[in-house]
Amino acid sequence: MNLIIKGGYVYDPINGVNGERMDIYIKDGKIVEELPEHEAKVIDASGMVVMPGGVDLHSHIAGSKINLGRLLRPEDHRKDPVPRTRVTRAGVGYSCPSTYIAGYRYAQMGYTTVMEPAMPPLGARHVHEELNDTPIVDKSAYPLFGNNYFVLKYVREGDLEMLKAFIAWLMRATRGYAIKIVNPGGVESWKWGKNVEGLDDTVEGFDVTPRQIITSLARANEELGLPHTIHLHCNNLGVPGNYQTTIETMRAVEDIKPKEGRETTIHIVHCQFNALAGDSWATLRSGAPEIAKYVNSHRHVTLDLGQVIFTDTTTMTGDGPWQFRLYNLTGNKWINSDVEMEAGAGVVPYTFRKKNPVNAIQWAIGLELALLIYDPWRVYMTTDHPNGGPFTFYPKVIAWLMSRKARTETMLEIHKAAMRKTTLADIYREYDFYEIAITTRAAPAKVLGLREKGHLGPGADGDVAIYDIDPTEWRPSMYREVEKAFSRAKYTIKGGEIIVVDGEVVSTPLGKTYWVDVEIPEDLEGELMKDLEEGFRNYYTISLDNYPVEDAYLPIQRPVKVVGWR
Amino acid sequence: MPVYRSVVCPFCGCLCDDLEVTVEDNRIVKVRNGCAISTSKFLHHHENRVEKPLIDGESATLEEAVKEAAEILKSARRPLIYGLSSTECGAIAKAIELAELIGGVIDNTASVCHGPTILALQTLGESKCTLGTVRNRADLIIYWGCNPLEAHLRHLTRYSAMARGLYTSGGRKDRYVVAVDVRETRMKRVADLFVKVKPGGDYELLSALRAVVRGYGLDVDEVSGVPRDVILELAERMKKSRFGAIFFGLGLTQSEGRHMNIEAAIGLVADLNHHTKFVLIPMRGHYNVAGANTVTTWQTGYPYAVDFSRGYPRYNPGEYTAVDLLSRGEADAALIIASDPVAHLPYKAARRLAEIPTIVLDPKRSMTSMIGRVVIPTAAAGIEAEGTAYRMDGIPIRLKKLMEPPEGVLPDAEILSLIIEEVMG
Repeated sequence: MNLIIKGGYVYDPINGVNGERMDIYIKDGKIVEELPEHEAKVIDASGMVVMPGGVDLHSHIAGSKINLGRLLRPEDHRKDPVPRTRVTRAGVGYSCPSTYIAGYRYAQMGYTTVMEPAMPPLGARHVHEELNDTPIVDKSAYPLFGNNYFVLKYVREGDLEMLKAFIAWLMRATRGYAIKIVNPGGVESWKWGKNVEGLDDTVEGFDVTPRQIITSLARANEELGLPHTIHLHCNNLGVPGNYQTTIETMRAVEDIKPKEGRETTIHIVHCQFNALAGDSWATLRSGAPEIAKYVNSHRHVTLDLGQVIFTDTTTMTGDGPWQFRLYNLTGNKWINSDVEMEAGAGVVPYTFRKKNPVNAIQWAIGLELALLIYDPWRVYMTTDHPNGGPFTFYPKVIAWLMSRKARTETMLEIHKAAMRKTTLADIYREYDFYEIAITTRAAPAKVLGLREKGHLGPGADGDVAIYDIDPTEWRPSMYREVEKAFSRAKYTIKGGEIIVVDGEVVSTPLGKTYWVDVEIPEDLEGELMKDLEEGFRNYYTISLDNYPVEDAYLPIQRPVKVVGWR
Repeated sequence: MPVYRSVVCPFCGCLCDDLEVTVEDNRIVKVRNGCAISTSKFLHHHENRVEKPLIDGESATLEEAVKEAAEILKSARRPLIYGLSSTECGAIAKAIELAELIGGVIDNTASVCHGPTILALQTLGESKCTLGTVRNRADLIIYWGCNPLEAHLRHLTRYSAMARGLYTSGGRKDRYVVAVDVRETRMKRVADLFVKVKPGGDYELLSALRAVVRGYGLDVDEVSGVPRDVILELAERMKKSRFGAIFFGLGLTQSEGRHMNIEAAIGLVADLNHHTKFVLIPMRGHYNVAGANTVTTWQTGYPYAVDFSRGYPRYNPGEYTAVDLLSRGEADAALIIASDPVAHLPYKAARRLAEIPTIVLDPKRSMTSMIGRVVIPTAAAGIEAEGTAYRMDGIPIRLKKLMEPPEGVLPDAEILSLIIEEVMG
């Protein structure tokens, strides 16, 4: 079906379109220059906001970790049962939605691309099976590298070529998209019940430091020329004073040369959790201004928020030692799950409370980061679903970003620490629709290297979100309206197909899965395979033959070819 | 003749993946690396098959059987779908879709094995790891209420007590092995310490260990038949280990106390993590019972005992579990997939299955297939059909297809798709 989206206010930052009234044409699933009206279905978008489909670069929606969260929390599901309809499957929502419901709800908010940011390689099939049961959205997953035995081994040996070969091999074996690093070294130490406390600590059992792991992986990433940068969950997450570790981490990769066509070399995930100043919970304050100052003066960093929402949610990270710490802080139920040779994970339910000073400060930090960093191309809206809160609260975050009044009203309801220990009350900046389009679609698509996503220029995927709100009439005081409009898209169009009408899902096609395909030089691959065979025989419990993910798990795949070695 | 390497064994939760299977004239003639059970399963695969679809004991075509099955499910008020632990995940997904479509109840065999483990996990959480982490690191291994020497035959050599790994190059020498059971099993010969606990005494013993780990004294001479000194020494050993693991089986989940026993174990292990690294791992029985829980959880939010009668999933073990639903006489039709409940469920529940129209999907003849109103033969996953299975520790592995199924026989997933199509009309 061909489509013409007529008369909307279009926000397409990659092509510099800022709220101009124009028509968008979609033919065979792609955006085109123009189309005769009689050959297409016409959607009247006059008086509405038209944006590219949303792109979420960090949301835990698939795999063993979120599934442990689902398993752990029947009480969470009971708050939000979802019945079957003529076109959609039944399931549950809230903080650990079942796979089908996650796909529908993203589409209902106008999102069409979602990335699962933590795939334990041994569990890659599980991630892909769940992604295949997550309808509508296009997706990918980032395999975990930061505590992998072979990574630590090659870093220790200083063998960058073998490290690059291993990265290329593991991307293919897991059908992964980007290098995810979680608490580098700390998760390996956690297998002995320990952690690392800074960039220069030694990892238990390996003579390497987190600094070496991060810089080696970042260098390898740029030398291979992967589409995304390293995707890093820093050390010391959730520890007061950790903003210094975060800045030190960004500083550690300053001199690494980015690949051609990209300026950045590091993405710091859910930065809010890593922007705490003060030396204890009692003296906690925001470290966001210091981080913003650094980011504003250095071009090589991007980050996402990990915005806190005041609700009951489920925390889940690949950071086992942090989840154990959170279990001890809260006394809530706790799952720990270590994965041989590679990774680990933990799950702890958590309620962010308005009257809790720490939570109030955390809430403010997320917004400070978004507002104090001038360049919206380098700071992305996420809640680190479901860690800061479920992704279904994105419209609320949009309202906070766009309206100082919305922020003030929340600030008046929550613990006064938000005003005293952060700078949020002094910030007058308000995002406009153009900046929202940057932070929720254009910029994430760009930093992921997804060229057909995040914009509405010819050749782009026909992914469009239409929100029923008139930007010419809108004022920041009307923040409830923007929240409502972004909660239920008037239309969501995915690959040229109408998916959502008036906030209801009307069609549920399966999206595609991206992965990065890097060819390895033959001699290097031979050497790598020797190492892998030995490692698998001696230390793994599945055979190397049965490790790589088969094509059967990728019904619609889009390998992104990368020339890693010239 | 084709020799398949790195074959995954579709028998128990160990899901060993290093077998070599030789197939000659579409028959398995040789199995290498398999344990006695696995080898026997492969070599006798061709025996005792259901050959044709049956309706009321009379042979029928597949179309007729599918139509009859759909008719039974459509007209039922409270249909139950049960089994699923010995098939691949694609079939499990289809079974859930069907349950949702007919507004039925779906349950898997976890409800009669590690169901209590899941209930305890939902109450407290769990500290666990993959089997390779135990292989590489554990210097203290405790087998509690399980007997891998007779149920998970290669567990000790591949994954636990005898396995050599990254920090355990000495294998058995590098570990201290404890077995806890109500009677002396063969595990006694393997263990450094065998602890005989009185039947029904597990909860108390675990609680006593936990108290000692927490620093409390014991002012009794024995707990559940175990002398005080043994408890004190074992607690000390747990705290001093570098990496400890407890494997537990139905001796803990299905004896008196059930999920309370597991809660005691989870609490003990959580406390031990303040001293060292400690994990707790259930010994899952059927090769894909973990997969049945996994798939049901990602599709519905709940691991078993899921009721769709209101259009959305509801979860209540004890109410929507197969044994209870059948014993109460509530289920008025049943679809049994890759399982033999008539042989294993309590008499009352099994009798109910014989009273109501029951549809059976199975490669082999079983007690359940004998009472089935409709019986449809299926291709055996892992031998005649591909698919995913989840190992007892949650690792997904691809099952291989080694040979063609008998003519006209389809995999579970395809038959379920046909039934779904027929139900939708």
